[in-house]
Amino acid sequence: MTNTSPAMTPAGETVLSLRGICKQFGAVSALTDIDLDVHAGEVVALVGDNGAGKSTLVKVLAGVHQATSGTMTFGGKPVALTGPNDALALGIATVFQDLALCENLDVVANIFLGKELQPLALDEVTMEIRAWTLLNELSARIPSVREPIASLSGGQRQTVAIARSLLLEPKLIMLDEPTAALGVAQTAEVLNLIERVRDRGLGVIMISHNMEDVRAVADRIVVLRLGRNNGVFYPDTSNQELVSAITGAADNAVSRRSGRRQAERELTTEERA
Amino acid sequence: MTSDINTKPAAPLLDRADTRVRHDAGISGAIRGFLDRVRSGDLGSLPVVVGLAIIWTVFQSLNPVFLSSNNLVNLLFDSSTVGVIALGIVCILMVGEIDLSVGSVSGFASAMVGVLWVNAGWPVGVAILAALAVGAIFGLLYAALFNRLGMPSFVSTLAGLLAVLGLQLYVLGSSGSINLPYGSAVVNLGQTLVMPHAVAYALAAIAGIAVLVSGLRTAARRRAAGLTPQSMAGLVARALILTVVLEIVIFYLNGDRGVPWMFGLFVGLVVAMDYALTRTKWGRSMTAVGGNREAARRSGINVRFIYMSAFALCSTLAALGGVMSAARLASASQQAGTGDVNLNAIAAAVIGGTSLFGGRGNAYSALLGIIVIQSIASGLTLLDLSSSLRYMITGGVLAVAVIVDSLARRSRVSHGRA
Repeated sequence: MTNTSPAMTPAGETVLSLRGICKQFGAVSALTDIDLDVHAGEVVALVGDNGAGKSTLVKVLAGVHQATSGTMTFGGKPVALTGPNDALALGIATVFQDLALCENLDVVANIFLGKELQPLALDEVTMEIRAWTLLNELSARIPSVREPIASLSGGQRQTVAIARSLLLEPKLIMLDEPTAALGVAQTAEVLNLIERVRDRGLGVIMISHNMEDVRAVADRIVVLRLGRNNGVFYPDTSNQELVSAITGAADNAVSRRSGRRQAERELTTEERA
Repeated sequence: MTSDINTKPAAPLLDRADTRVRHDAGISGAIRGFLDRVRSGDLGSLPVVVGLAIIWTVFQSLNPVFLSSNNLVNLLFDSSTVGVIALGIVCILMVGEIDLSVGSVSGFASAMVGVLWVNAGWPVGVAILAALAVGAIFGLLYAALFNRLGMPSFVSTLAGLLAVLGLQLYVLGSSGSINLPYGSAVVNLGQTLVMPHAVAYALAAIAGIAVLVSGLRTAARRRAAGLTPQSMAGLVARALILTVVLEIVIFYLNGDRGVPWMFGLFVGLVVAMDYALTRTKWGRSMTAVGGNREAARRSGINVRFIYMSAFALCSTLAALGGVMSAARLASASQQAGTGDVNLNAIAAAVIGGTSLFGGRGNAYSALLGIIVIQSIASGLTLLDLSSSLRYMITGGVLAVAVIVDSLARRSRVSHGRA
């Protein structure tokens, strides 16, 4: 899974394009002048230290927060998201870091929350079948879809949240730390899933702290630091280079540590801002 | 994944693939599942049924008139008015908010009917519709304060309690009380009209048949779709028990006057509300907002609209309850809706099993809860106890109900079923 295959070089048309996005919470500038492009059939990994603004950017894109300034183009048209509904209607699906599930509802109800079939006489049977199908695609281990979410483990909840994002056939899917609580098999399934989704021509934005996962699936790696763009990298970039972009210094705790342990490697980098 | 399953000769049903889960089947399974749920704090209607059994035994042993058909028919008449208000409380508790002004709103609605119908000479239907509309406006006002200004519903409705009571006193003016004409349809509905015996029996049978038919249809659809259908024996047993119990109750009530139409109206509203809460997108959204407001918002649910509908429905039902109690008393007075009406309505919803913490409850809790509350009131009246004792005992029962709710909630959390 490196970027050697020629098929992936011509990225599809631009799904999402951000220019100069700023988000201020009072005196704090969480995001400053963020530019980001996502093409159809491309996985963009957003990486950065804690507090770099990754989750804030995802929430802006999901319509949960509204950007203070900047423009957003989706599918070639400028859009303004006033709420989560706008984002969902455009085809932007999100798996939030805190999952945003209702613990008092069962799995089926959570997957279909806000998108129930037959609003005046809920079609429970079709919804249940669709829920099982989605969960099986993720090789989820859910004992019963009629149990409330409260009875599920963290990993099971994460799978439910991911299944929910796939329900509406989105054009762009954003995953905020999708593998953080998952076991080995489920992580592999989520990475497979990300590839499958990409091969279907969707844009994917993935946030992860796990560089292995990022390298495994990402076509581009966008680094944020203190709420600003701090470089775009490709999966063959060395770990050291990524880490210095994330932490903002060539000489940092992570690279000193890894420098002691492994020899320097040849680096090939392309940096595009 | 799916292709693997399909190639196996005997593929397990879609929802039976996980071997770790015990699937209860048949009647013994249903009983085992029920015991499991109770043990983990999912009490449902159990406390109220047990409570009702205790209350009825105690009062019947103290005064044999208590369980007579005559007294029970009166009890149903009285239950309907506050029961409708309690149904609105269920609605607002589902989203985790509260309306403390339902008593005042009901009193104001009864005053409006009195003033518009008797004093101003409006047609009674129009007067009632006007009262309901004004009730809805109060709800919309609370919703606006809540949604736009972030005013806690506890405070806004407490302010409403006083303000609306003031309005009620204002429209009634110096007279203080308006008598509604005896013999009018509205007063008859509140005081005498009962279902013809055959109609009552037929309605009970229809209820049982409806449960059976809808259960069979769901089971057939599930089987066709490759999901496990619910057990046939359990379904038939449920429909049968429901029909037999209802028919016996109706037979007993028909020994006196019969089932009041007003109670029929109340039960009809309960059934409609139950359908709305469990089988529609709106009801799902109500539960979701009560469980996790932010998650509901991020799912694209219009959270403000859900709050608005809950507040408006609660106040409208409170106004309807007020109109019904005016019909029951054949008067609109300054006392209407004051005193313990507020607390009885809230207590009924909570005693019936709707959680004060939001996201958990059902429409039937208003029905069960109000029967408990009215049984206590009726029993204490029969014993000729003063209202001082009545207040203390009702307050104690409410406290016990909330304690049960809190303990059950804690148990649910520790059993992972919150």
